[in-house]
Amino acid sequence: MTSTSTASAVPASSQTSAPSGPSTWRVRTVGVLRRLGTAAVTLLIAVTIAFALGRLSGDPVGNILGPMAGQEQRDALRADLGLDQPLIVQYLDYLKGILTLDLGNSLQFYQPNRTMILDRLPYTLQLVGAGMAIAILVGVPLGVLAATREGTWWDRAASTLALLGQSIPVFWLGMMLVLLFAVKLGLLPAGQSGSPQHLVLPAVTMALYPMAHIARLTRATMSEVLREPFIDSARARGLSRSAVVWRHGFTNASMPVLTIVVLQTGTLLSGAVAVEYVYSWPGLGQLALQAIQFRDFPLVQAIVVFGAVVFVVLNQIVDLLHVIIDPRLR
Amino acid sequence: MSQLDSKIATVTASEPMARAPRRRRTSVFWLALPLGVIAVLVVFLPMTGLLHDPGQTDLGNTLAPPGFLSGGSWSHPLGTDKLGQDVLAQLVEGGRLTLFIGLVGALVSIGPGTLMGVLAGYFRGWVDVVISRLIDAQLALPFILIALAIIANRGSSLPILFLVLALTGWAPCARVTRSVAMTVRERQFVLGLRAAGASEARIVLRHIVPNLAGTIVALGTLQVGTAILVESALSFLGLGIVPPDISWGAMLAAGQDVLSRAWWVALFPGLAITLVVLLVNLLGDALLTHHDPRKRRH
Repeated sequence: MTSTSTASAVPASSQTSAPSGPSTWRVRTVGVLRRLGTAAVTLLIAVTIAFALGRLSGDPVGNILGPMAGQEQRDALRADLGLDQPLIVQYLDYLKGILTLDLGNSLQFYQPNRTMILDRLPYTLQLVGAGMAIAILVGVPLGVLAATREGTWWDRAASTLALLGQSIPVFWLGMMLVLLFAVKLGLLPAGQSGSPQHLVLPAVTMALYPMAHIARLTRATMSEVLREPFIDSARARGLSRSAVVWRHGFTNASMPVLTIVVLQTGTLLSGAVAVEYVYSWPGLGQLALQAIQFRDFPLVQAIVVFGAVVFVVLNQIVDLLHVIIDPRLR
Repeated sequence: MSQLDSKIATVTASEPMARAPRRRRTSVFWLALPLGVIAVLVVFLPMTGLLHDPGQTDLGNTLAPPGFLSGGSWSHPLGTDKLGQDVLAQLVEGGRLTLFIGLVGALVSIGPGTLMGVLAGYFRGWVDVVISRLIDAQLALPFILIALAIIANRGSSLPILFLVLALTGWAPCARVTRSVAMTVRERQFVLGLRAAGASEARIVLRHIVPNLAGTIVALGTLQVGTAILVESALSFLGLGIVPPDISWGAMLAAGQDVLSRAWWVALFPGLAITLVVLLVNLLGDALLTHHDPRKRRH
């Protein structure tokens, strides 16, 4: 799956682009502009899916108020949420809200959803940033190690570790780390946030899955690059082993790895929900869970839209990087 | 016509088999065997009467340690949970539901995924443009967001869980089947079929889809692992399977509450998930390599 999932970064249309003429800034700008257009369409579809999931799966009012609520109460809430309007009006209001960065108000906290999301965001970013840093610092060397020693014991160990990382439920690993380092050994705090020590266990937990992904992809790409003639030529010129592997090898393998790093950052945001729950980390994921428990429908929808926008933007950044760096895609 | 049809089909179908290296098939067997054993165990073990009733509570014997620890007794080999229920019996009972969810979850995402992928890859043109845009947009929405959006509205239940699995799983399958369908349609025998006057529906159903079968089986296998992980995460958060129903994910949710006092409640279901998903992933990888010559190493 590793190598196929990178393909998602490049939409179908990109493979059919015409061979470019003389490389001028205009060709490049047209390529970038076309990508921005695609990005806008993808964003619109994703936001529409989020809307459809919220509306077509049924009337949330009954779920929010419970079976005891009277008809009057239901109608009042329905009017309050704008659910009494025709679907098309609701949809246009929803799009207008997104364009004006107004994500509505929470039913439970009586605050604008935007404020609450922005309050919690730094915590989640901290977790995602630290987790991704660990994933890169461990995953890349692990993948390179496996590729340079292809077929050896090292390779098998690194590959097994990577596959294991993709098979463990992340939150369960978190629980086991809490058990070992907090409950049994008493070395690190088990939950909450505040000090750098509080960040260690959640960050390591978050890192595992992307680390495994990065390691597998680095290994696959590197083992292909290392078979290229220019590697032999670099070696023949008497360059040191590390210069051949890192400067000539890894530089050429870094594009797919960069792609997966950006894409996995998105996946990390989604893994953050369970990890934040295990460690009582006050991020966006916890906010989403609270919102669901209290049936705070507007807040859930705001978080879903926010997440969708972040994801599409990350995906499109990958695409743009490809277009800017790789001349064949223009 | 039908003679040519079947002859071409035989030739194309036998092609990958002839090239398949023997070693691959044995490794597939050795990965599938333990999975089969686990499936047989969770299905038939409760019928033997050797296990406790997984729902039977015993408030005088809560959080009893496993048999191999001091203070534990072998009547509860893996200990008991906070209601005094036998962890081993729960593990077997939860395994049934978890494996069932894995299988059905894979089927409901493979079905629509293959359909969309084949339509896009075979017919190309505007069909492809529309479906590709949908795939991109769907892949841009991670499962947790889709799950939150639906569960916030409808609450959690087994059908909702399958809906979440279908909505999140179809796009990766569609993307892969699309690209394989695109290469199959360029092969000579499709041209031959067209020249012989075969209808589009016949080409797709009788020739394109069978040629995709290997890829579909491999994708479906990997999807079983994904479905099990998604189920466990959602149940752990209280958004999937909830008591009194038992799944491995729901057991982990119960284990979280008593983690510092009784680690065995959370340890064993987690190990079970990891083992099954690891085997499924290895099997899926082996099958994918088996059916994709580009990925085969010589």
